[in-house]
Amino acid sequence: MNKHFAGDTAVLLGRSLRHITRSADTVITTAIMPIAMLLLFVYVFGGAIRTGSGSGSYVNYLLPGILLITVASGVAYTALRLFLDMKNGIFERFQSMPIARSSVLWAHVLTSLVANLISLVLVVLVALLMGFRSGAGVLGWLAVAGTLTLFTLALTWLAVIPGLTAKSVDGAGAFSYPLIFLPFLSSAFVPTDTMPGPVRAFAEHQPVTSIVNALRDLLAQRPVGTDIWIALAWCAGLLIVAYLFAMTTYRRKIS
Amino acid sequence: MMTTTKQRDQAIDVRGLTKSYKTLRVLRGVDFSVARGSIFALLGSNGAGKTTVVKILSTLLKADAGTAEVNGLDVVTRAAEVRESISLTGQFAAVDEILTGRENLVLIARLRHLKDPGTIADDLLGRFSLTGAATRKVSEYSGGMRRRLDIAMSLIGNPPLIFLDEPTTGLDPQGRIEVWQAVKELAGQGTTVLLTTQHLDEAEHLADRIAILHQGRIIVNGTLTELKRLLPPATVEYVEKQPTLEDVFLTLVGDDGEHPAATPSPAPTSEDPR
Repeated sequence: MNKHFAGDTAVLLGRSLRHITRSADTVITTAIMPIAMLLLFVYVFGGAIRTGSGSGSYVNYLLPGILLITVASGVAYTALRLFLDMKNGIFERFQSMPIARSSVLWAHVLTSLVANLISLVLVVLVALLMGFRSGAGVLGWLAVAGTLTLFTLALTWLAVIPGLTAKSVDGAGAFSYPLIFLPFLSSAFVPTDTMPGPVRAFAEHQPVTSIVNALRDLLAQRPVGTDIWIALAWCAGLLIVAYLFAMTTYRRKIS
Repeated sequence: MMTTTKQRDQAIDVRGLTKSYKTLRVLRGVDFSVARGSIFALLGSNGAGKTTVVKILSTLLKADAGTAEVNGLDVVTRAAEVRESISLTGQFAAVDEILTGRENLVLIARLRHLKDPGTIADDLLGRFSLTGAATRKVSEYSGGMRRRLDIAMSLIGNPPLIFLDEPTTGLDPQGRIEVWQAVKELAGQGTTVLLTTQHLDEAEHLADRIAILHQGRIIVNGTLTELKRLLPPATVEYVEKQPTLEDVFLTLVGDDGEHPAATPSPAPTSEDPR
């Protein structure tokens, strides 16, 4: 059966990509909330926020965190798309057909990657209009793209779990709210030094801070230090755990 | 040699199937077989386990005990081959609402690894009178059109056995007739159909054999004539008593329960076997 895996995944990927292009609102909605935050923080709060000397313009400081929020809200649609397939029976139809069964799941994962990538590009374009500048070269941007891809993959596999198990549309997307909120308790919007002890301790030891710091350094062409390794470790760790849980849930569903 | 001949005649052979969901024993030893090329109706009230049987036969669910063979292939050990030879039309029309009717058919033809998916799609659109709606999104289809598309999708690749799980639930009378015609056409071409339904007239209209699934077991299995012979010949005619306005009024305002709502007398082949 596995000889069909690539072909079946491609056919199913084509199907869900068509969903994306026909309901472009999901991609735009995914980008609008982070763009609104970008505008709000740069033009309303930004003037009063001190990010320390040598950190450049606030939009440069803010963008990495906004990109993570974009992915966190984008994967809610990943869960939703999977949930809808489960609910209307098309998932079972595919599973009862002579196809490589896991390609159904992989098509959703790849679609999530593509959809989030488009949203990320939209957000970066708006940031450019707002004065975001980076001198990073091809390698720097590749490192940024790679980190964001790994982050998206990890959150996507996390999204597969509620997508497979949710009982309602609301339940399918609810897991993303804490993820969207997490960047507020990190170095994404303001430096962590002004936070009170326990909050600061949490902020400095949660994944968003290390990912944001690594992306910020890459974009500003500063040495990234250990942040990038901590960031990659968080992403890879989350990816592995989420993947294993998602596959366990999936196997329970199809047997 | 005997067994091979027997297997060749049977599209489905189920022996001692049991299945429980936690403490709920849905199937308690189900036995039946379906002859190749026939329409077999599995009757039962809601929750009788009809869908569970269909899911086990279509490799979506594993039984706790017992064996099930589809086209001579065990559904557990040779699941992949079983999936080659069946098609499932589930309880709800499993169509992609965002795609057009034609795109839905092309999608399934591609997933069945067939050549020329476009031609297959156009052919089926014609057979199911959907050509005019081919390029419209399925979300704009009526219930009957959806079901027809759903069944058309199940025919792709000409699987010798098709499961139809409550194919007319939620359809208006017109939609039901359309589905019935499609099923009759299928059987005319030699496809075996396992149909589940809670509508007695549907089984009566379509099925060569009817089995009643009740409390986890098949309690009767036979042709319509055989089933009718189980009861003494009934010649009594019932005249439906229309509720009068008085009955309606009394029911609504309550009359100490002495005048229950006017209901037609139960016919001998009532849906409730008790």
